[in-house]
Amino acid sequence: MAEIQSYTMNFGPQHPAAHGVLRLVLEMDGETIQKADPHIGLLHRATEKLAESKPFSQSIGYMDRLDYVSMMCNEHGYVLAIEKLLGIEIPARAQYIRVMFDEITRILNHLMWLGAHGLDIGAMTVFLYCFREREDLMDLYEAVSGTRMHATYYRPGGVFRDLPDSMPKYQESRFRNAKELARINAAREGSMLDFIEDFTQRFPACVDEYETLLTDNRIWKQRTVNIAVVSPERAMQLGFSGPMLRGSGIEWDLRRKQPYEVYDALEFDIPVGVNGDCYDRYLVRIEELRQSNHIIKQCVDWLRANPGPVIADDHKVVAPSRVEMKDDMESLIHHFKLFTEGYTVPVGEAYAAIEHPKGEFGVYLVSDGANKPYRVKIRAAGFAHLSAMAEMVEGHMLADVVAVIGTQDIVFGEVDR
Amino acid sequence: MSDRYDALAARIDERFGEQLQRITSTCGELTYELGKFDLREVAAALRNDFGFEMLMDVCGVDYLTYGKDEWLTEDATETGFSRGVERGPVILDDTDTFPAKRFAVVYHLLSLQNNQRLRLRTYTGTENPPILKSVVDIWNSANWFEREAFDLFGILFEGHPDLRRILTDYGFIGHPFRKDFPLIGNVEVSYDVEKGRVAYKPVSIEPRTLVPRVIRDDNRYQPDLQDRGHG
Repeated sequence: MAEIQSYTMNFGPQHPAAHGVLRLVLEMDGETIQKADPHIGLLHRATEKLAESKPFSQSIGYMDRLDYVSMMCNEHGYVLAIEKLLGIEIPARAQYIRVMFDEITRILNHLMWLGAHGLDIGAMTVFLYCFREREDLMDLYEAVSGTRMHATYYRPGGVFRDLPDSMPKYQESRFRNAKELARINAAREGSMLDFIEDFTQRFPACVDEYETLLTDNRIWKQRTVNIAVVSPERAMQLGFSGPMLRGSGIEWDLRRKQPYEVYDALEFDIPVGVNGDCYDRYLVRIEELRQSNHIIKQCVDWLRANPGPVIADDHKVVAPSRVEMKDDMESLIHHFKLFTEGYTVPVGEAYAAIEHPKGEFGVYLVSDGANKPYRVKIRAAGFAHLSAMAEMVEGHMLADVVAVIGTQDIVFGEVDR
Repeated sequence: MSDRYDALAARIDERFGEQLQRITSTCGELTYELGKFDLREVAAALRNDFGFEMLMDVCGVDYLTYGKDEWLTEDATETGFSRGVERGPVILDDTDTFPAKRFAVVYHLLSLQNNQRLRLRTYTGTENPPILKSVVDIWNSANWFEREAFDLFGILFEGHPDLRRILTDYGFIGHPFRKDFPLIGNVEVSYDVEKGRVAYKPVSIEPRTLVPRVIRDDNRYQPDLQDRGHG
């Protein structure tokens, strides 16, 4: 029999486990990977260049489409950078709403990650469970912004509007009888905050369900324990952030270390891994689900007690309300200028970083004093993580590549931008 | 926050002296500019002696049209204001040299142990193609970020182990994030029935500017305008 030499194999970009459009060129020795070369850019849309051609506020919608499973967090990074340059303060209620939706988004992201990661390495049920809870959170997105995914809800100066007083309800159809309808609408009878509170009460039991399926599951552990171990030194050297860094045992969370909005007033723990393998990163993210839930609960309590404005009262940046516009000349002028030309941002540069579900999401803005950014650079966590792919999969089996893609929580919207 | 940065700035001034020039920032960030030949020395020192163990981002910037607006609002003529769309694209730079401050590379450093951030900016100088020394061996995370800056801006990084294009298509021509590269691009791809394959063609759409770029003398941001009392 002829001796088998190492050979090159193509993985993706149309592979279901490639999480979108990752193309990997793998040099294999049998089933062991010697070298991996990720080819990215198949989803490159030049978001940064497009943002340079538009007034500041018109690019918020593009940010949703970066990491399209954690939409509002992307917006948050961008509006924070603008606010930093403009030097405007935002109302406390807007800060709490932003924090609440950041954490809702974190749960959305981690549920998507858990479902997809589970599906990739052989756990079907967890995917269905995760999407059940995601549906409720998507409804929150829809209730507050009008869209299920691309919200464009955060604006420089605050958020677009206050939380609604009612939740949309399921309608009667031939697939649901009155009893069933009453059951699924039970939590939706009150205000949006009531619905969120109800969610935070039932969500810990849901996380327990996921854990029952996975945490002590023999097959799950065989697929994740000691796979793609990253030492803390390498994690720093490779520019890791978020759960990837914490999974390697480094206690670093921007929400705690460099707090933005109201995170310094909230109580939560930072889970940290020990071994830096896929299983530890799984445990870190599962605990983050519980911590996010805890933060949401605190925000709901605060928001119930403290009504108030949700966007700054600075009409050089924030458009006045339609009502004001109808009978106030100055408001009309502001409205006209803001929607034709936009606002100019003072000369300077700013880097705003937030603890995105995937890691540090940074927006570097350079302004030359115009109504459009001169340069926008989006620092996506996934980009740095994916660049470490070659190192993480080396020496592992082909099937482990899928586990590594999953554990990195790769979404191509933000990697390719 | 700012006290800690002052202490860091004092230490940096003492250590590097003239090598690093501090740039004043309006939002409390620490930014330094440095000469391109000092980059590796300073980077290694910042990593080893100042605790900046992480490089979070490497960003190319093309300063070709910095401070230039598309709509001059100071002088109205009988025909009206100048609209941005009519002013044409900026001059293509085919010359052997660039203006000295055209291309810059911006490094964002993070220190986990001291919880500090630092920004370094270095201009590539007049060389065409622009070239800098790579910092991949100092911070491994620079690998893909430098490939990205090469791909989008055509900045070369000497000493990079694998400087290939990363985001653009296989066989792409040009560096799309340069300011003289049109937003709509130069080519478009579609399926060619006669050739029986996907083929490149010159781009068929026209560039449009819906909102021209304007720079206002805004009295909120310019101290010398604040006393005059007009908007």
